[in-house]
Amino acid sequence: MPKWFMPACIVCAVMFAATPIVIANAPFESTMGLVFKIFFYHMPSAWMFLLSGVLCGIASVRYLASGDARHDRTAWAAAELAVVFGLLTLVTGPLWARKAWGTWWVWDVRVTSSLVSWMVAVAYLILRRYGGPGSDKLAAGLALFGAANVPFIYISVNYWRTIHPATSVVPTLPVDMGLPLWFCVVAFLLLFILLLKLRVRLEEQRSRLDTIYLSANH
Amino acid sequence: MFARAVWLILRKDLTVEVRSGEIAYTTLFFAVSCILMFAFALVRDGRAPEDGAAGLLWIAIAFAGTLALGRTFERERQSETLRALLMAPTARPAVYVGKLLGIVALLIAVEIVLVPLVAILFEARALLERPLWLAGILFAGTTGFAAVGTLFAAMLIRARSRDVLLPVLLYPVIVPVMIAGVRGTAALLQPDVDTAVLGFWLALLTTFDVVFVTLALWTFEAVMTD
Repeated sequence: MPKWFMPACIVCAVMFAATPIVIANAPFESTMGLVFKIFFYHMPSAWMFLLSGVLCGIASVRYLASGDARHDRTAWAAAELAVVFGLLTLVTGPLWARKAWGTWWVWDVRVTSSLVSWMVAVAYLILRRYGGPGSDKLAAGLALFGAANVPFIYISVNYWRTIHPATSVVPTLPVDMGLPLWFCVVAFLLLFILLLKLRVRLEEQRSRLDTIYLSANH
Repeated sequence: MFARAVWLILRKDLTVEVRSGEIAYTTLFFAVSCILMFAFALVRDGRAPEDGAAGLLWIAIAFAGTLALGRTFERERQSETLRALLMAPTARPAVYVGKLLGIVALLIAVEIVLVPLVAILFEARALLERPLWLAGILFAGTTGFAAVGTLFAAMLIRARSRDVLLPVLLYPVIVPVMIAGVRGTAALLQPDVDTAVLGFWLALLTTFDVVFVTLALWTFEAVMTD
């Protein structure tokens, strides 16, 4: 492991331990009250979900183009993180929506595209787990198609109305609300990087073990 | 050269199909059974659910299409003929296009039976009033479905549990096709048909077809190398 890994783990743990205090001390949003606090977990996990999806797509395309196994390992790790952060997003979203919009689920554009992308990520993992030999290339193809699909879902769902809060909400939040939010984003980002590094490293070790095993048998 | 290879593969598939009829009959019967199951589940006191016809038609197409995709490639696997196809001195994408056209032709044949059946069982006679629009949406949607499906089915040919994996991988990716297909078909069922809405969904489906066929042509080469 690189030298920065353990210190970064400690920083990340401390930050996550501090998030409840930071969130509790953040001011109440006037119209939504307490339920607004969900936002401090919902938005950072949604961003990490998006980030892992994009990373998985790019790594998969590079793997298909070059055949370099490093990109494949990154794509796999990113897909697993997409499932984790996507689940966080899809669970915290309805909790917020129930209070804010009065309904658990809406077929709005971002909700729908998140759900579908999450399903693609789950399908990716199922394929890797049960696909047998050669499933790495197939999974990369799936990731490519899943990524190309996002604009189409956006356009098709957008043809119905959307009631998800616009992206412009974030910069316009008052500073004392924005700071805790950015604190959470940084904490989630750190967690994302650490998990990604750890997961890629595990795959690297596995493939090295395979190489050693194969050469020992010859 | 490319077009000739595509034609030969398509003709081979059609000839096998005309002689055995295996996939065409099973797929057709399966699709009809699906529609009947929907009718038993949803038609109450002789009244069909409002707007249901469009959704049910597309679900039946997706289910039957999955079955047809699986069987088409299972046939190539059983006698190792896909390897022979891939070893042939021709461009790999030609194999994909030939297979794709075969699947589209098969599904269109199934749809020719399904549409009147749905129109009768689900009180959707308006479907048949604008046959050109309906044909356009069905063709564009089927092509989009088959473009992704043919690639995935070909990729999965060597995978374990490919029968289960095909729908698991395919359905999330064809969500836009389903939305656009169902909404486009539902627009035909409205009392006043809005051609702008129809045009939007048809354009979306066509764009989807172009993008995904292009991507599949590139990916097919990369994933079928070994």
